[in-house]
Amino acid sequence: MAGPMVRAEAVHKRYGLLEVLKGITLEVAPREVMCLLGPSGSGKSTFLRCINHLERINSGRLYVDGTLVGYEERGGRLHELPEREVCRRRTEIGMVFQRFNLFPHMTALENAVAAPVLVKKEPRAVVTERARKLLDRVGLSGKIDAYPNQLSGGQQQRVAIARALAMEPKLMLFDEPTSALDPELVGEVLDVMRQLAEEGMTMIVVTHEIGFAREVGDTLVFMDEGVVVEAGAPREVIANPREERTKAFLSKVL
Amino acid sequence: MTINEREGHHPEEIRAVPLRHPGRWVATAVVLVLVAMLVHDMVTNPRFGWGIVGQYFLSSPILHGVGVTLELTVAAMALGIALGVALAIMRLSPNPILSGASWLYIWFFRGTPVFVQILFWYAISALQPTVGLGVPFGPEFVHALSNNLVTSFIAALLGLGLNEGAYYAEIVRAGILSVDHGQVEAAQSLGMRRAQLMRKIVLPQAMRVIVPPTGNETISMLKNTSLAVAAVVGELLYQTQNIIARTYETVPLYIMASLWYLALTTVLTIGQYYVERHYARGTSYALALTPFQRVRRNLSTLRRIPFATTSAEGR
Repeated sequence: MAGPMVRAEAVHKRYGLLEVLKGITLEVAPREVMCLLGPSGSGKSTFLRCINHLERINSGRLYVDGTLVGYEERGGRLHELPEREVCRRRTEIGMVFQRFNLFPHMTALENAVAAPVLVKKEPRAVVTERARKLLDRVGLSGKIDAYPNQLSGGQQQRVAIARALAMEPKLMLFDEPTSALDPELVGEVLDVMRQLAEEGMTMIVVTHEIGFAREVGDTLVFMDEGVVVEAGAPREVIANPREERTKAFLSKVL
Repeated sequence: MTINEREGHHPEEIRAVPLRHPGRWVATAVVLVLVAMLVHDMVTNPRFGWGIVGQYFLSSPILHGVGVTLELTVAAMALGIALGVALAIMRLSPNPILSGASWLYIWFFRGTPVFVQILFWYAISALQPTVGLGVPFGPEFVHALSNNLVTSFIAALLGLGLNEGAYYAEIVRAGILSVDHGQVEAAQSLGMRRAQLMRKIVLPQAMRVIVPPTGNETISMLKNTSLAVAAVVGELLYQTQNIIARTYETVPLYIMASLWYLALTTVLTIGQYYVERHYARGTSYALALTPFQRVRRNLSTLRRIPFATTSAEGR
């Protein structure tokens, strides 16, 4: 039995005096899809960004696949990891952003090919082949040579997913992947994510899409003001929230 | 009225009386008179010495001077750009020593006149008669006389290039800061290191902001090479003054030099246009046509070839 893909133990994060995460403890099993729900400012995105060390945590412990994130424990003390090592670990974690963040000076294909060639030193031909297949899988085989500004929001986000997958990650983080999309484009992105979940990818999804959380999520975590308020099977939590704050939030978004 | 009714009805085309612009006619008249006066003076005033302008324009010392001016422009810009990029990246580095050193460099070289800097490098041997390579405060392995190492050309190159580096650093920094931080995060999340994401992601996008002022700087540099006269470099202005010293034809020869500078900066302006187009990739749906493409398209419409087929090559 493999250990959890992500394990957070009392994770705290402060910006100056503002405490954004006040002790997050949770586990994500391999192949699990966890959806993080909560009002804006509740710390969901910050927590996600801590997992690939885009943010540095102030206390607690955060492990990905059994390895400490951002630090190494030697002789009872934490040592900061050198940039090389932080970057190597990030290659195993894909991330998809609310505002896509595609590289605008590269075509869809180049977006997906750039990092594996540059970072993992894989042969360009191999990566190009893989990137083509991935773009085909997200339904964009006809848009390979398009620049991001020639694509709709939904198409851009699907390219962003393909770009992250081209690194062959073992964990995918989604930071409100559909929040910047026109309503009619949300579905196409969620479909790709659903397919990815069915193929067994471990995913942590910050989202406001209750439907997606219910249908695709294995676990639903409700966060508010930097703490986990409630967690459980999505249908259970959505149908019968135990906490007042969860009820109040769900009544607004459902 | 219902919507259907409105669709069926085609209103008559508007044929309004165009607004008159009397101010434009007055302005045109004033400008035409001024231009006519200028042209008249240029043609009738013998002191312009157009014959002398033509006589020396392609003479061998002048052509040699133009060559040196171009060499100095290219070399000083190359030095300035290399330094500027390095200084900008240092300035934005999390390492306080690097960013401090960069700040200090920019403060010093922007704060002193470039003319003085050129004179200073020209006189460097008075400060450091010899230069050597070796262990700091220890033995030297090789050394040379400054006078042999820092020739006139090198003195001008150092003066112009080191000064340019300070200005260019600020241009590059502005370019880097103009790139959305999400780009950096996306690159980081893909495992790129700082140097990699700078080279592949940030700088190519910063170029869109960096290129227009670079054209400006190059044009400035081309003209500022004339300051190298102070270091006795045989560039365009030096050669011109040499001829003036011999012939006393001051006005025609300065006109000739100005025409050369004007011609060279015109070429640079055209070059800048094409470089900007290159870095505009992925920023607009269709790039504006180049002047040549526009001419070709106009010719093709004259021949009544439909637009749709030619517009595709605009990319």
